[in-house]
Amino acid sequence: MNTAKPSMSLTKPEAFDLTTKQKLSTALGVIGLIILLLAAFNVEFPNKPIFLALSLLMITAGVILFTNDLYAGKHPGIKNDGVMFKSITSRGLWAWITGIALTSFYIILYFKATWLGLGTNGAENTGLVALFDPLSKLLNGGPASQWFVYGTLYTVAILIFGYKFLMKYKHNRYEQLRTYSVMFFQLGFAFLIPEFMARLNSDSFSLPYYDLKNIWPLNYYNFEQYRVDSMISAGDIGLGILIFGVLSIFVITPILTYKYGKRWYCSWVCGCGGLAETSGDAFRHLSDKRQSAWKIERWVVHSVVVFVTLMTTAVIYSYLGDDSSKYWLTKNVFLISVASLLTLVFALVMIFKRAQIAKDAKYGAIGYMVIILALVGLHYFNGSQLFLFKAEPLRQTYGFLIGSIFSGVIGTGFYPIFGNRVWCRFGCPMAAILGFQQRLFSRFRITTNGGQCISCGNCSTYCEMGIDVRAYAQKGENIVRSSCVGCGICSAVCPRGVLKLENDSLKGRINPNDILLGNDVDLMDLVYQK
Amino acid sequence: MEHIVIIGNGIAGVTAARHIRKLSDKKITIISAETDYFFSRTALMYVYMGHMKFEHTQPYENWFWKKNRINLKKAYVNKVDTDTNTLYFAEGDSLQYDKLIIATGSKPNKFGWPGQDLKGVMGMYHKQDLEQLEVFAPNNKVCQRAVIVGGGLIGIELAEMLNSRDIPVTFLVRESSFWNIVLPNGESEMLNRHIKNHHIDLRLSSNLKEIKSDKNGQVSSVIIEETGEEIPCNVVGLTAGVSPNIDFLKDSKIEINRGVKVNRFLETNIPNIYAIGDCAEQHEAIGNRRPIEAVWYTGRMMGETLAQTICGNRMAYKPGHWFNSAKFLDIEYQTYGWVFGDVGRPDYEKHFHWKHDDDTKCITIAYHKDTKEFLGITTFGIRMRHETFDRWLTEKRNVDYVINHLSEANFDPEFYSRFEDKILSTYKAQQPSLAS
Ligand SMILES: Cc1cc2nc3c(=O)[nH]c(=O)nc-3n(C[C@H](O)[C@H](O)[C@H](O)COP(=O)(O)OP(=O)(O)OC[C@H]3O[C@@H](n4cnc5c(N)ncnc54)[C@H](O)[C@@H]3O)c2cc1C
Ligand code: SF4
Ligand code: SF4
Repeated sequence: MNTAKPSMSLTKPEAFDLTTKQKLSTALGVIGLIILLLAAFNVEFPNKPIFLALSLLMITAGVILFTNDLYAGKHPGIKNDGVMFKSITSRGLWAWITGIALTSFYIILYFKATWLGLGTNGAENTGLVALFDPLSKLLNGGPASQWFVYGTLYTVAILIFGYKFLMKYKHNRYEQLRTYSVMFFQLGFAFLIPEFMARLNSDSFSLPYYDLKNIWPLNYYNFEQYRVDSMISAGDIGLGILIFGVLSIFVITPILTYKYGKRWYCSWVCGCGGLAETSGDAFRHLSDKRQSAWKIERWVVHSVVVFVTLMTTAVIYSYLGDDSSKYWLTKNVFLISVASLLTLVFALVMIFKRAQIAKDAKYGAIGYMVIILALVGLHYFNGSQLFLFKAEPLRQTYGFLIGSIFSGVIGTGFYPIFGNRVWCRFGCPMAAILGFQQRLFSRFRITTNGGQCISCGNCSTYCEMGIDVRAYAQKGENIVRSSCVGCGICSAVCPRGVLKLENDSLKGRINPNDILLGNDVDLMDLVYQK
Repeated sequence: MEHIVIIGNGIAGVTAARHIRKLSDKKITIISAETDYFFSRTALMYVYMGHMKFEHTQPYENWFWKKNRINLKKAYVNKVDTDTNTLYFAEGDSLQYDKLIIATGSKPNKFGWPGQDLKGVMGMYHKQDLEQLEVFAPNNKVCQRAVIVGGGLIGIELAEMLNSRDIPVTFLVRESSFWNIVLPNGESEMLNRHIKNHHIDLRLSSNLKEIKSDKNGQVSSVIIEETGEEIPCNVVGLTAGVSPNIDFLKDSKIEINRGVKVNRFLETNIPNIYAIGDCAEQHEAIGNRRPIEAVWYTGRMMGETLAQTICGNRMAYKPGHWFNSAKFLDIEYQTYGWVFGDVGRPDYEKHFHWKHDDDTKCITIAYHKDTKEFLGITTFGIRMRHETFDRWLTEKRNVDYVINHLSEANFDPEFYSRFEDKILSTYKAQQPSLAS
């Protein structure tokens, strides 16, 4: 279904070519990017603030002008004409060029930051990073780092493509509010607040860089020793933040997910989701809808959960003490708490929700056993070792494989090839945990409108998570899937008004209807009785 | 093992096959001359517009059929010999059946217009029509204008398709207002304006007289009956309705009229032969329904019902309350129960109409003028909940109840503006007796 075969028409119809205005706007944006590129190649710009501003403004203006030409003055409605014909959105040449460029950028960013001009060992920044020094000094008082460059560009991307998304879905209030929300959280929580917080740091007081909306396990590094130490030593504020971090996991997240589904995070707050929904919007249809992809997804994403749980446990375990008279939280207390919590969750699910996870129960049990065994092993070796692995290399491996390669290089670099939510779907442990709850214990579902579905396939095509929405809708079955991020696009593109995202009671949420509304009741009764 | 053969891999035939498989172990074969795999006909437009690729219109992955032991055969059935239970194919081979289900769907109407078989004249029904359209109307250089004949649901879809590629469209509609044989006036007139807002040259009360050809046998223009005006064009879309695709049955012993004649059990005059979907014609219409129902849902429901019969639980086709939906350019349309346009409206049927100022949303509620029983609703630009209206129709609620409880039936996405209060106050204003 999701093959890259060319469409029926042999060449792209001219109607889907860029207009002159769109070409000019693209050129403008590209010139803005070229300034950054030149900086990266160490071209010395005389007046850095001006050139940085010029570059960012040109990129912004390019996207805004392009958007206006594309959508302004058009009737509000679905704007997917030509998506399957355009090279950039149908895995054509431009898609590959963009994909390779993005991927290369990520590789350099993560592994060769000095190429971007990062000054090491106290040396001054040069090149691209130096270009951002003035902005960094303005916000946090210090010089820029490669992460500051990345954070700035990331935020700009969400804001300008957020504008594009807002224009595209100007008829849809849900999409509008959701987009304002991700723009707000990115600009405020992910970008400005941490920078201002850094400003507060002095020799005696120092907080780690903390994006408050980033919750473990998405920020898998949150409970590493240096961070926890610095939070604890930063007095009440630091402690408050640490407590907030723990509360987010165990209290805030479960409550919000129960009430609204995981969308409250994945498509309203999260930065990864924010980028996917704005800059990645044009690529959402590239997600793989095959059932085989769903199988792979479940194995991979849950393995990541197991991995991150073990890794974090091992890391925390490695720096806790043994002596309970010094601090109540010792190695053993910690291990036992983790094991008990997992056992409790596992037992509750098996007792109350067994029927709903029938087939997956086996896999859940496997995952659970693996973790418990590993915890036992951890205790047995009573050191910083997890079986044969030390905590630190484990952390590094996770950081490299999942944190960098998966979420960055593949997740974002390959937007134009694999779609915009590859990371969220296959890699994000946070999404998996929220999804687990969403599937079993949440009021959220996508309600199917009786018998109105015509099986057209728009919903499945544009589901960025690769959910075959139509498979449910055409059977009159509600969509209750752990991976659904609640982006609402399936509902938006449905030409027959079949899908509604809503929060309602748990009863009747999962409704396997075989015969749809429309037939005489006799027939429906008959089938329900079976 | 009993061999069930189904001619036609559309929604009707495929639904029957799926449910027969669920209920039994019978051998199942589906035959179609159109495509290898089932696809959603209703989605053809989106392929041309570039919203989807053709593969996306296929609701099941290709492995599905083998896994469910449903044999697929691509061939055209020429002839059915009901004495020997044999199908003969245009390709020369033949196939034996124990039970036969005819689900061959429709074909576009052609009313004998001069020039209707020229190159560049096409319907919009089969996948092959779409391929033709790609040849004759790939862009606005090859096709400088297209004329669409017939203002129904497929006509407006074709207009939207061509519009997406900036091909100028002239839309000839026989009626004095768009689709007013079905829609109430308020809705129909709103659509006239909406169509024109999209720069489609809508010509109401206009019939096609003839299609003229250039020297290569291709369309060069059409002439309008009423005015004699000649409109140069490169493509003519014939969308003046559809009729059952059953010519291949003419010489068989199966009773046909416009469609294949069936009783309530979807049985034909031959004991082991059945017909479902667009091609089936009821001896007597069911309620307000037409004897031939050419919509997606009814094909599906007939397939579900017939599967029961074939698997030993003989069951009549008893559709519940009527419903339907469509989309006109940017405006979605849904209907539940019966709301008639001017044509064929029973004299007891009264309407309440409300329209939003933005001219893209409106509703009409039909009720019995004496008993006030709620008969049906038509909504434009507002989504409604099927389940709620189905229940209200069964409960025979009256119009006051429905209007007072409209918010329960709303199915728009979250955070959308709601109009129930405005609708209610408009209703009250029109019914002074209720004000007190
Ligand atoms: C463009 C378009 C849009 C539509 N939109 C809607 C909508 O929004 N809502 C709605 O309710 N309905 C809609 N319809 C109508 C709906 O698609 C049809 O009612 C439905 O598809 C009919 O299904 P069916 O199974 O009866 O027949 P079909 O889908 O027509 O399937 C019959 C199949 O049998 C094949 N066949 C016929 N004769 C032979 C033979 N002798 N040998 C071998 N094969 C044969 C045909 O080629 C065809 O593949 C639309 C139709 C079109 C064309
Ligand atoms: S199912 Fe719908 S709401 Fe959920 S992720 Fe897919 S498109 Fe978004
Ligand atoms: S739910 Fe809507 S978009 Fe999805 S297949 Fe059905 S009609 Fe099409």
